[in-house]
Amino acid sequence: MNWLNILVQGGLLGGFYALFAIGLSMSFGIMRLVNIAHGDLIVLSAYVALVVTWYTGFDPFLSLVITVPVMFALGYLLQRGLLNQTLSGGLLPPLLVTFGISIIIQNGLLQSFGAYDHRLKEGAIETASLQAGGFYVGVYPLLVFAVAVFGIASLQFLFYRTRLGRAFRAVSDDADTAELMGIDNRKLYALALGIAMVFTALAGVLFGIRTIFAPSSGPIRLILAFEAVIIGGLGSMWGTLIGGMVLGIAQSIGAALDPTWQILAGHLAFLAILIVRPSGLFPRTRD
Amino acid sequence: MEPVRVERSTKVSRVAAVLAVPALAALMSLPWWGDAGWMRLIAEMAYYLALAQLWNLLAGYAGLVSVGQQAYVGLGGYMLFYLTGVWNMNVYLALAIAGPFAGLMAIPVSFAVFRLRGAYFAIGTWVVSEVFALFASLIGVLGAGSGLSLTVPILEEISPDRDVRDTLLYLMTLGASLLVVAIVYFLLRSRHGLALTAIRDSEPASASLGVNTYRTKFIIYIATAACTGLVGGLIFLQKLRISPEAGFSINDWTVVVIFMVVIGGIGTLEGPFIGMLIFIVLRELLADYGTYYLILLGVIAIVVMLKAPYGLWGWVIQRFDLQLFPVGRRLALAPTEEPIERAAKI
Repeated sequence: MNWLNILVQGGLLGGFYALFAIGLSMSFGIMRLVNIAHGDLIVLSAYVALVVTWYTGFDPFLSLVITVPVMFALGYLLQRGLLNQTLSGGLLPPLLVTFGISIIIQNGLLQSFGAYDHRLKEGAIETASLQAGGFYVGVYPLLVFAVAVFGIASLQFLFYRTRLGRAFRAVSDDADTAELMGIDNRKLYALALGIAMVFTALAGVLFGIRTIFAPSSGPIRLILAFEAVIIGGLGSMWGTLIGGMVLGIAQSIGAALDPTWQILAGHLAFLAILIVRPSGLFPRTRD
Repeated sequence: MEPVRVERSTKVSRVAAVLAVPALAALMSLPWWGDAGWMRLIAEMAYYLALAQLWNLLAGYAGLVSVGQQAYVGLGGYMLFYLTGVWNMNVYLALAIAGPFAGLMAIPVSFAVFRLRGAYFAIGTWVVSEVFALFASLIGVLGAGSGLSLTVPILEEISPDRDVRDTLLYLMTLGASLLVVAIVYFLLRSRHGLALTAIRDSEPASASLGVNTYRTKFIIYIATAACTGLVGGLIFLQKLRISPEAGFSINDWTVVVIFMVVIGGIGTLEGPFIGMLIFIVLRELLADYGTYYLILLGVIAIVVMLKAPYGLWGWVIQRFDLQLFPVGRRLALAPTEEPIERAAKI
């Protein structure tokens, strides 16, 4: 029963990681953009929500009404104003520009909020749990997992059932040809990062309720998101969910052996999968 | 047809070489006329220059954009502290082992990360560095989460007198930096340098002309790891303390180094010098304003990347045919000094 418990808890933790990874997976899938600032944008979302709760008295869930549009706009403008200029010049420009953004966000937050830990407080739901068949499942992780599944399902719907999704797939497959067919790539990319940032905002707020965050907590979130994407296989959204779950389960196995082993076990599982299956479990996009 | 010959040095590079001698002599004699603050700053500039040259060799020439070089800084530092503290080894011997040890550790790492390409290679190297940091924080003999300190007897082994010790450490750091720059310079002038420059300009084209790109990259990765480990040992010999966060800090040992190289000019030997100087000047000028210099550095790096992707030195060589380090080859008509092939200037 203990092992089943570890699997369930780890799988649910995977919901968080999948939520971290959706934005990263999407910007890679559509624009081939590896966004180093992704983790910092997750943390920035949590700070935006924090400020909203301070000034409006909203609870963190309700603050999403403001946080999500703010992050969508930020994503749109970031891609339109800055990142679009980096996409034609090879590997280094996008990597470095997002590195620069990452440092700017980290130190901007440090200067404005200090190095203190913050948390978003949502109340009773944080600790509520359900009892099923002899073990307890937290209501909150279950909710987050459901949000991740729902988010991925709605993105799949967007990609495969709508006109906009068809355009996204077209630029992903062949940006130049798509442009010849009358698609405005620059606008579409901006929209893509905007949508990716909706999930980034969700991830930031939902994780901000679960654990503390500080200006320096972005990089580890980027790494976890990245590991989930790579384990799942580039460009596959459901793969990213599985990748997140594999990572979560590896971490909870590690934590069960020794609590200090949690993060390390996740990294080791990632490296092991990398050596055995470098393209991940369910690869879709070629890079 | 007139006879032609291959030239390596240029007028400017010969002038630069002549000017470098007094400059270097001034730096080496600093302990006898400068104060401790200057020595600390110059030592810091020296090891940042070494790290920047090494990252430039990796990313600018071999196309290996690693963001995990802090792994080797930390490994070198920890190895030094472990060997001297636990094994009571002589400091100099420990320092000599720290570098090769980092290079040795890079071999299995390369098997994993070389499977990734481009940006995924970058983040993969970062994960590896995190793994090292986490291991360091779990191993009791390495001081676990709180790290290790150098004890007084170890420092007295270098010299019991504090001023003499500071001078020795300063000269060692300067020497290591010079050694790294020399290694990079002579490597680039050699046949391997030609292969590396070819890989920098086009990897498929160089492979099609018979450059063994995998082997070249592998050798460069291991060699830079070893040199980075040595520099790491020296850095923490001066800091006297190492912890997992400080030793494997991506911001301190990789991010600012990348910014230096990019701002100065990636893929040139001169670029890292310029970038390092800009970083140090910015930091010293804005020292009273917290971490705003990092924000400014980030902004400058973004602007340079978008507006002048080859950095400040790249901008200079586009306008003036300058080269301070003669690593290139140019074709000249035998009787005159006029270069006829300007396209081959790098």
